[in-house]
Amino acid sequence: MEKYKLTVNGRPREVTVDPGTPLLWVLREELKMTGTKYGCGISACGACTVHLAGVATRSCVLPVSLVGDRPIVTIEGMAQDRVGRAVQDAWVSEDVVQCGYCQSGQIMSAVALLKSRQKPTDTEIEESMGGNICRCGTYVRIRKAIKAAAAQLA
Amino acid sequence: MVHFDTVIRGLTAVVSLIVFLAWGRPFSIAQNTNPVTREAGLAAWQQVYSVLTHPRCINCHTATNYPEQGDDRHRHLFNIVRGPGGKGVPGLNCATCHQSANADSTGVPGAHNWHLAPLSMKWQDTDDRIMPSVEVCRSLTDRSKNGSLRGPGILHHHEQEPLVLWAFQPGRRRDGTERSLPPLTHEQFVAATRTWVDAGTPCPQNP
Amino acid sequence: MSLTTMFSSESGLSRRSFLRVSATAAGGLIVSLYLDSRLLAQAPPAKTYPPDAFVQIQPDGKIVIQVNRLEFGQGVQTSLPMVLADEMDADWAHVVAELAPAADVYKDPLYGIQMVGGSGSIAHSFQQYRELGAKTRAMLIAAAAQQWKVSAAQCRSEASVVYGPGGRSAKYGELADAAAHVTVPENVPLKNASEFKLIGKDTRRLDSRPKCDGSQKFGLDLDLPGMKVAIVARPPIFGGVPKSVDDKAARNVPGVMDVFEIPTIRNGTAIAVVADKFWTAKQARDRLNIDWDLTRIEAADTEQLRAKYKELARTPGNVAVTRGNLSVLDSISTANRIDAEYEFPYLAHTPMEPLNTTIRFDGDRAEVWAGSQFQTFDQLAIAETLGLKPEQVTFHTEMAGGGFGRRAVPDSHVQREAATIAKRCKGIPVKLVWPREDDVQGGYYRPMFAHRVEIGIGADGMPIAWKHVIVGQSIVAGTPFASMLIKDGVDETAVEGVADNPYVIPDFSVTAHHPTPNVPILWWRSVGHTHTAFVMETLVDELATRAGTDPVAYRRKLLRSDAKSLRAVIDLMDEKSAWRNHLPEGHAAGIACHESFGTSVACAVDVSIENKRPKIHRATVAVHCGKAVNPMTIESQFQAGVSFGVSQLMAKGAITFKNGYVQQNNFDAYTPPYIVDTPVDVDVHIVPSSEKPSGCGEPPVPVISPAVVNALNRLTGKRYRTLPLVSL
Repeated sequence: MEKYKLTVNGRPREVTVDPGTPLLWVLREELKMTGTKYGCGISACGACTVHLAGVATRSCVLPVSLVGDRPIVTIEGMAQDRVGRAVQDAWVSEDVVQCGYCQSGQIMSAVALLKSRQKPTDTEIEESMGGNICRCGTYVRIRKAIKAAAAQLA
Repeated sequence: MVHFDTVIRGLTAVVSLIVFLAWGRPFSIAQNTNPVTREAGLAAWQQVYSVLTHPRCINCHTATNYPEQGDDRHRHLFNIVRGPGGKGVPGLNCATCHQSANADSTGVPGAHNWHLAPLSMKWQDTDDRIMPSVEVCRSLTDRSKNGSLRGPGILHHHEQEPLVLWAFQPGRRRDGTERSLPPLTHEQFVAATRTWVDAGTPCPQNP
Repeated sequence: MSLTTMFSSESGLSRRSFLRVSATAAGGLIVSLYLDSRLLAQAPPAKTYPPDAFVQIQPDGKIVIQVNRLEFGQGVQTSLPMVLADEMDADWAHVVAELAPAADVYKDPLYGIQMVGGSGSIAHSFQQYRELGAKTRAMLIAAAAQQWKVSAAQCRSEASVVYGPGGRSAKYGELADAAAHVTVPENVPLKNASEFKLIGKDTRRLDSRPKCDGSQKFGLDLDLPGMKVAIVARPPIFGGVPKSVDDKAARNVPGVMDVFEIPTIRNGTAIAVVADKFWTAKQARDRLNIDWDLTRIEAADTEQLRAKYKELARTPGNVAVTRGNLSVLDSISTANRIDAEYEFPYLAHTPMEPLNTTIRFDGDRAEVWAGSQFQTFDQLAIAETLGLKPEQVTFHTEMAGGGFGRRAVPDSHVQREAATIAKRCKGIPVKLVWPREDDVQGGYYRPMFAHRVEIGIGADGMPIAWKHVIVGQSIVAGTPFASMLIKDGVDETAVEGVADNPYVIPDFSVTAHHPTPNVPILWWRSVGHTHTAFVMETLVDELATRAGTDPVAYRRKLLRSDAKSLRAVIDLMDEKSAWRNHLPEGHAAGIACHESFGTSVACAVDVSIENKRPKIHRATVAVHCGKAVNPMTIESQFQAGVSFGVSQLMAKGAITFKNGYVQQNNFDAYTPPYIVDTPVDVDVHIVPSSEKPSGCGEPPVPVISPAVVNALNRLTGKRYRTLPLVSL
């Protein structure tokens, strides 16, 4: 067990856990932040995506010992982010969600995309969202919502 | 239990030692004054080539828009793409999973600045077939392709580059087993590179 | 529970059901439904929380509507409240939906058990929710009329307000207390379609925002004081038992509380690990050293099963349907025949939220939190395991991250495991989690199937004789559904979509074999139609190609004259997919149509080959589902449902067995479609209809894979009869 100082959504947090514990489970079980989801545990589905120093990161395969001093932003912090809020609003207005379980991760990936590309093409959307699984299959609406958010942010 | 990879590594080390004894010793006395012969250099190059084309190295020296994974060099899962700088695309970067060190509790390999080699440094063709020794050698020594490196620069890269170092300490897989290692140890790889560089980075002739 | 009571009531408010109204402690009105008139006579004290309420009107005007089935993506948590709110003239902005717990009143009016499946949410509860809304509205109007001393006929309602003569008005929230004392009306008129304000209008989901900001709690997110997490090591072959267990390393993981044996399916024994956290439990589970005894159980093997099924398909099975004279096939020359063999693999559902159930057992009662498609069965199974009566088990329905059938398991095996563990951990809430690996390897798959079809073609290119043999496990055998769904030895869910196909085929027979390999199986979104639509629609396309006829024209010719819904969707799809006539080089169009669960669908796709895989550039879908309650949800279900259907085509879209072992264990080896695999765009067109609504959860799935494969055939000339599409 070791003590780690983390910054999550701008707040300093301290946890004492086994160094190998993935950040996902630190967020969900130590910090009780359950918006970040467990889908596969092998970085295959993207449901666990958070931003680590601005980089979309699969928290399910990231041992907390490797976080270092990089700030963590989760889905719970998106409403306070200009791009995050626009993406969430677009997701609601395009009625994207179905079961909704993957959407935290989809939104985190989409926000990372839109922070780098103001007007992503279909191919760029496919590539950037390429590792997020939506088992319900809401991909068509995800594409539309990303474009809508991009237009709103322009 | 002795791991298979370890056995192979040990055998390869023995073989390479023999190679070094056979080629290296006659010239060792004169090493400081005389350059290494072309023959010795070419033999050393074959050793270097055996490492470069090992999955730990070549999986990120692809000719395509994706990296590879595993000892079977399969296309990287999860639709990972090369991206403009060889580091993936926003939202799906190499760093989305690969950290600055191996994540042994989850089986994800990592090292500083994880990324794909540029297309100019591809060591396989677009059908994922490994390029022959002569072609890899020519690419590696072509300063228009290799980032303007001369011999010593290549040697330095093989000695110091974190991603090269990673290949010799590639960590554990998800199931807890050790990833397989290149056929030489890092020391042997550097020694072979040095011999090849000292010989003037000779490349084999076209077959 | 006997089937006669399970499946006895009719649509709408059951004959045996009674409405009761009551005031809440905090004021307001609760409209409850009782199934037993004696309970109503006893007039139990008002409850502030369900399990019997359907509508609660709070003094502040908030209207809480209970949804009588699981929400797991299909949108019922929005659609059923829309139906009730519309008849009630409720202000939609003040409607809140809740998932109802397990209780008799929330049973499906048609099935008689609380469940979601068979695309029945809207189909079965539309009338029920309309009547509930209309009666509630009538009581609010009656209360206003009494206050104002006018007749109810002089009052009207709109957006949660009752208006009376002389400009009087009162909000529903203000009337709620008085309405609680009004006699429940026996019969109230329902709205004409022209009066609908919500039904038929695009309405955004009520659960979007919490699902976009991380605040929505799913079953897996549940956190209770003192809660522990259980993860189970199950035998690697179904029915195995441990010979010896070394749990030393597991117990040494800090946080591990207990390690013990539990019974599991097929008379197997598993080892449960209970720990403080998920990660701890998983680390410990993975450190168990178990020597399994797998000697007395059958080891399924995909290659052997393929050979066996292929052989069986060459012999007639139990008769599902037969008409005409199949011996004509013998006299038809090879040139005028199609002899086709199809193979379909086992498929896992892999809903995004891994399976889980939380139970706290307190000795004389228990509390359960589960995202369940089968509350009635699951509650019963937990009660049985804990030695309780069902009413001693409080069962909360948790929001579920997908299901696709996987949370509708007649044997309730996940809940039985959870209850067994909770029993040992008395007083402590324990959350049983199936990590993704357990889910992929844990059985309950869409069965593997083989089809063999012999078709004789007439001089006009139309089929004259069709002999069809289907081989695959029965999903319902051994379940409470068997007596309803197995007829003459044929499981209807294995032949649906073929036996009742809409085409004119004079001499026709369908027979089925149901082998019983050691693999637990289950319905998978759209059930038998997953494979039957593929066989029918690829063969009809092949017939059209042979006849040199346009596939749309061919289907119009082959369809029975009474297949009106299918004709309507084909016409609409044809009209909306004019793009089929000017496709770029390297692209081809494919079509398919199919009816399932009372909903007819036609689909056209634009496909090319990229990176050696099918690239689906667009899909045009036409739907006939009766009255469209929420067109926006229907559009969304079809856009996403066809993408779900692409699962069947994925290169790694199969569960396979080798010597009894499942060969896949996560998404790296059993891969659902990613964005790149699914249609770039899907346009959905609904045939206008005032008929009673039918479901839209499953019907999108069957059409997409045959449509894509029909397009691929035009690109490569190959016939694709084995799924998944490992290579093109």
